[in-house]
Amino acid sequence: MADNTKQAGERVPTVIADGVDIVYRVNGTGAGRGSATAALNRILRRGRAEKAAGVRRVHAVRNVSFVAHRGEAIGLIGTNGSGKSTLLKAVAGLLPVERGRIYTDGQPSLLGVNAALMNDLTGERNVHLGGLAMGMSRAQIKERYQEIVDFSGINDKGDFITLPMRTYSSGMAARLRFSIAAAKDHDVLLVDEALATGDRSFQKRSEERIRELRKHAGTVFLVSHSNKSIRDTCDRVLWLERGELRMDGPTEEVLKEYEKFTAAPTRR
Amino acid sequence: MSQVLHTPPPTTSAPAAGEDDLAALAARHGLSVSGARPSLPEYVRQLWARRHFIGAFATAKLTAQYSQAKLGQVWQVMTPLLNAAVYYFIFGVLMNTKRGVEDYVPFLVTGVFVWTFTQSSIMAGTKAISGNLGLVRALHFPRAALPVSFCLQQLQQLMFSMAALVVILLAFGVPPAASWVLAVPALILQFVFNAGVSLIMARVGSKIPDMAQLMPFLLRTWMYGSGVMFSIHHMTGPDSGLPSWVGPVLQVNPAVVYIDLMRFALIDSFGGGMLPDHVWAMALGWALLAGIGGFIYFWKAEETYGRG
Repeated sequence: MADNTKQAGERVPTVIADGVDIVYRVNGTGAGRGSATAALNRILRRGRAEKAAGVRRVHAVRNVSFVAHRGEAIGLIGTNGSGKSTLLKAVAGLLPVERGRIYTDGQPSLLGVNAALMNDLTGERNVHLGGLAMGMSRAQIKERYQEIVDFSGINDKGDFITLPMRTYSSGMAARLRFSIAAAKDHDVLLVDEALATGDRSFQKRSEERIRELRKHAGTVFLVSHSNKSIRDTCDRVLWLERGELRMDGPTEEVLKEYEKFTAAPTRR
Repeated sequence: MSQVLHTPPPTTSAPAAGEDDLAALAARHGLSVSGARPSLPEYVRQLWARRHFIGAFATAKLTAQYSQAKLGQVWQVMTPLLNAAVYYFIFGVLMNTKRGVEDYVPFLVTGVFVWTFTQSSIMAGTKAISGNLGLVRALHFPRAALPVSFCLQQLQQLMFSMAALVVILLAFGVPPAASWVLAVPALILQFVFNAGVSLIMARVGSKIPDMAQLMPFLLRTWMYGSGVMFSIHHMTGPDSGLPSWVGPVLQVNPAVVYIDLMRFALIDSFGGGMLPDHVWAMALGWALLAGIGGFIYFWKAEETYGRG
């Protein structure tokens, strides 16, 4: 887990990105929407008439290459919309790449389960549903169930776990979501701004849990706008700006440059 | 490798020899391409491993559906009953389509319920990917789990309808018979057929979200051609004036096959003579064709779901 047990000098790569480009296509922006002929065009002549028919291509990540090794915790930083989350999703295999390749050791997983949960169901059923959605077995969920509920603190103020999630306050719901997501152990763990939920005491518990997860996971990627939590958890940082990899190096070095960049009043 | 290599930005870790060749490095350590489509047997295995999720997701959707209503889960039975009542009022009372059909109400209600099963499965399948992009983009699982799960939800829904149907059958004096057991294989085959078509529509709908707008019209047209409210057997009989090939051609329609099988199983006045020839073979054939074909068609685009 900690470092290479292979031949000396050779570190074990867990994630390799090789010249990765990611492009989103968005239907119905600009002039295309509203005009029926343009829409028809879009369907009939996919590809050729994309631009004319109002399909916008958003080039979110451009030619990014890096090698992540076992035992590393890597922070991803960059201003809003710089492609951090997009890159993370591609590493998780959830977004196809336009060009290049991403190689991974096993199946990296995003720390996130929100989309599988249903507000109309009780917290209890959501714990089961979320666990199954993440690929846990029934037995594993049963084993961890109490742990998840205790960690979320949902039942601290009464028996809320048997109420539908729509009755929860937003903070309660966020805490339960994080607790479910963090219940699974991963080989390569991708964390996207998960630490910003809940009250102070829950945040502390969350950070602790992330560190614990890092111990079990081979490699952790953390997207965050908080330079402090990057400093606390990561030993290496990738800095993305406008989809391009601007810097890749030890945390302090990169953060120093990044702070210089963000401190400047108008940057280009 | 389609892509020529780019020199990676200098990493601080002293790179092992030959690290500039990232593809080779990946190969050396046995790393696999992320988000690549698994082989078909592997895909089937992954899907099977997620069977509990498929079941739980279907049940959760079903339960969530009426959880805000005061009557709650009673609506599971009320909805199909009210549906049947409306159709009975329009087609049985106002338009008097029942001419020539014995046990018209059971005939109609069976048709409506069985058709609704196929219709809602296909509708749900069309939106299975395009309507659940959040889920597709957040978690890793074989995407076929979604359309299959939605079809399973419809099957569960149908179970409630079937319970209501039994009440209706008995109320209208249709005696219970051993042939009711035949409903089980008929439903299984129909489920496989529905799942297959849903998988096809899920892929189409993920590329062209507009399909969700178009499908209700296609499905309604299909319904009117499927003898849900009238008897194709009677309409195309010798005294209808239609050429003799019309009946058999209409009866190849998979919806007709599954609806008539269910009527044959449940209603004793709906005799075997009203069934198309080779009906079980057709039911099986449609199920296999749609099921296997749809699954392969869906799997072929597995790695592209979630883009857009």
